Amino acid sequence: MSAVNAVQLEKGSTSTVEAPVREKETEGKEELDVPWQVVVHNDPVNLMTYVTMVFQRVFGYPREKAERHMLEVHHKGRSILWSGVRERAEFYVQQLHGYLLLATLEKID
Amino acid sequence: MEIFREGEILQISNLDPFLAELLRQIPLSTNSEGAPEAEARLFSKPSAEKEICSEWKSYVEPELRRLFRSATETVAADLAQLNGNEKSLRNRTLRIPLEHADAWLNALNQARLTIAAKNKFTEDELNDHDRSPIGSRRDLSLFQINFYGFLQEFILREIASG
Repeated sequence: MSAVNAVQLEKGSTSTVEAPVREKETEGKEELDVPWQVVVHNDPVNLMTYVTMVFQRVFGYPREKAERHMLEVHHKGRSILWSGVRERAEFYVQQLHGYLLLATLEKID
Repeated sequence: MEIFREGEILQISNLDPFLAELLRQIPLSTNSEGAPEAEARLFSKPSAEKEICSEWKSYVEPELRRLFRSATETVAADLAQLNGNEKSLRNRTLRIPLEHADAWLNALNQARLTIAAKNKFTEDELNDHDRSPIGSRRDLSLFQINFYGFLQEFILREIASG
């Protein structure tokens, strides 16, 4: 099927309309998007075991990996838990705030 | 006080009136209204970008408030078991369904963070687990944070054990 169709409007008169052209899928958009990272910051109130459990639940990390990030937060003040597209980063930060962790999303320079 | 799990129920038994009262204070302790430092901690900024913070306040913060309120209401309903005068609280048992564990973890965390923010506790103070609760109102608040933390540790252990 052609991209241009002839449509008869009335007898003896024709006009042409362009058939809708499907825009290219948004594939590649994510790659073009500026990457973001999810950062969790140290907090002297939240328990270490609690923070580990939250990392396991939110990111699906195995216990060892969740503990590594928890210890990085504890000793270095912050840890980058995830990086990628903004929407997903916002989703993760919202989840972390729901668990009352200090979390932010940051643009990766 | 004894704390243990029996099947799908977490039990806190032999509660003396003082600890029972601290438990009953959990819902009240989550209230951050009128305390900007506590509000700022419970609803912390998601980003350094103003646009993101503005959208967050409009769309995400109301959801978080609903989530926190729901957790507190679940805990308050469980704590109704402790209603009564001081005498009736002697050796009482509080039974918490395991399915309420997440609500308890959340409400206890709200309470701990709110108390810590209102009192502006330092990290050193928060790590001092041996301070007596009877010295001052501030010491009592610190004891409250540690007691709630102890309950959180117990709940976390029981969740992890399946």
